[in-house]
Amino acid sequence: MESPMQIQETPTLKAEARNLNFFYGENKALRNINMPIYDKKVTALIGPSGCGKSTYLRSFNRMHDLYPGNRYEGEIRFFPDNTNLLGADVDPIEVRMRIGMVFQKPNPFPKTIFENVAYGLRVRGETNKRVLEDKVEHALKGAAIWEEVKDRLPEQAPNLSGGQQQRLCIARALATDPELLLFDEPTSALDPIATGAIEELIHELKKRVTILIVTHNMQQAARVSDYTAYMYLGEMIEFGKTDEIFIKPQDKRTEDYITGRMG
Amino acid sequence: MSENNHLSSQFDDDLSRLRSHVLQMGGLVETQISAAIEAYSRGEVASVKHIVETDRKVNDLEVAIDDDCAHIIAKRQPAASDLRMVFGISKIVTDLERAGDEAKKIAKGVRRIYEAGQMPSQYGIGVRHIAEAALAMLRQSLDAFARLDSPLAIKVIQADVDVDVEFKSIMRQLITHMMEDPRTITTSIDIIWIARAVERIGDHAKNISEHVVFIVDGRDIRHQPKENKA
Repeated sequence: MESPMQIQETPTLKAEARNLNFFYGENKALRNINMPIYDKKVTALIGPSGCGKSTYLRSFNRMHDLYPGNRYEGEIRFFPDNTNLLGADVDPIEVRMRIGMVFQKPNPFPKTIFENVAYGLRVRGETNKRVLEDKVEHALKGAAIWEEVKDRLPEQAPNLSGGQQQRLCIARALATDPELLLFDEPTSALDPIATGAIEELIHELKKRVTILIVTHNMQQAARVSDYTAYMYLGEMIEFGKTDEIFIKPQDKRTEDYITGRMG
Repeated sequence: MSENNHLSSQFDDDLSRLRSHVLQMGGLVETQISAAIEAYSRGEVASVKHIVETDRKVNDLEVAIDDDCAHIIAKRQPAASDLRMVFGISKIVTDLERAGDEAKKIAKGVRRIYEAGQMPSQYGIGVRHIAEAALAMLRQSLDAFARLDSPLAIKVIQADVDVDVEFKSIMRQLITHMMEDPRTITTSIDIIWIARAVERIGDHAKNISEHVVFIVDGRDIRHQPKENKA
């Protein structure tokens, strides 16, 4: 919905899936996906269980490489350098440095709060204590949890509450300054208050980083995202501005899904 | 609009009850207007009381329907066509209620004229004609809502121009009348108020049709030049 109050802008591409297919062995899970991801915007992926949203999301940081028999076709271009994330010459570890991920259930390492956030930096070879402290503080502030944990950094991370653990995981993902953050149902294990905090955080984060989020909660997609893609049976049915998708979707299948008409 | 049912049959029931309440309210407003037209033409001052009483029912329905809309939004968080339906209905009932108020104004004007011992029909013959046109517009806008028929809604919107033109012509006639014979001024002004109320009913029917186009097509065509409304 275009209102005169909004400044019309042309978003720049951060990534783009081109003719992307994905196979779990013989099983084709993604069918010819073509879709842009815009820079410093939030893009939500919605669709019923098993539609391929998580499969698609995980393709971005090459999570599927961890299992034998998985196969990609097509490409995911990552900008501004126009790298094909799926290219055989691309190191998945490098990809994961640029693309962070946050999962459904908070999964802090069984380490201290500080070490959880510093982990990715240490893997990168950062040893300077001052730099580590600065970056950990910056990441915890970015994840809106600094005030709550600044005096308990040496405590064990698993002792935090669920919502705090999830924000800690976001801080951990932020520590390496990723360009794209992947969220796989980041709030489905959280209560409404903790969910609200994460949604507010997503809103803040998009000033600095591009976000791709899978969610089962359609109101959440409507609230947090700028663009929404509806997926069904491995296909991308409709992609558009969130405001348009939730007021006037073009495809009847999208309409049926978001109005709760699908059996 | 999707013909499929929701996963929640309760939601389907809520929405269809809401729609039938709108049509029920529309039916009441239609009766109010046609009774007001009859009162005008035939001098049935007795029916005026009934029109005013019906207005209370219309008001109650408006409040009840808006309340239902708020409940559906709170409980179901409707999206896409469902959202447009609930949002559109909330606007439609506002216009319906105001159309009912205009019928009440007509009825009260008729009573004033007859109680002053005058016959309105000898002044403005055009009023009955324009009133029937406005009533037809309202009826069609409700049909368009019931059948989710946006081409019909567009026709209603276009018909409003004719009602507006006819209203202006009635005004000119009555002004001439008043200049020729100042004794007719009191009654003529009452008739102008009546014609004005009729013209407003046409406007409300047009608004309702615009809401129907929004519900069906997702296009907001209010305050747009005519060529964008096709």
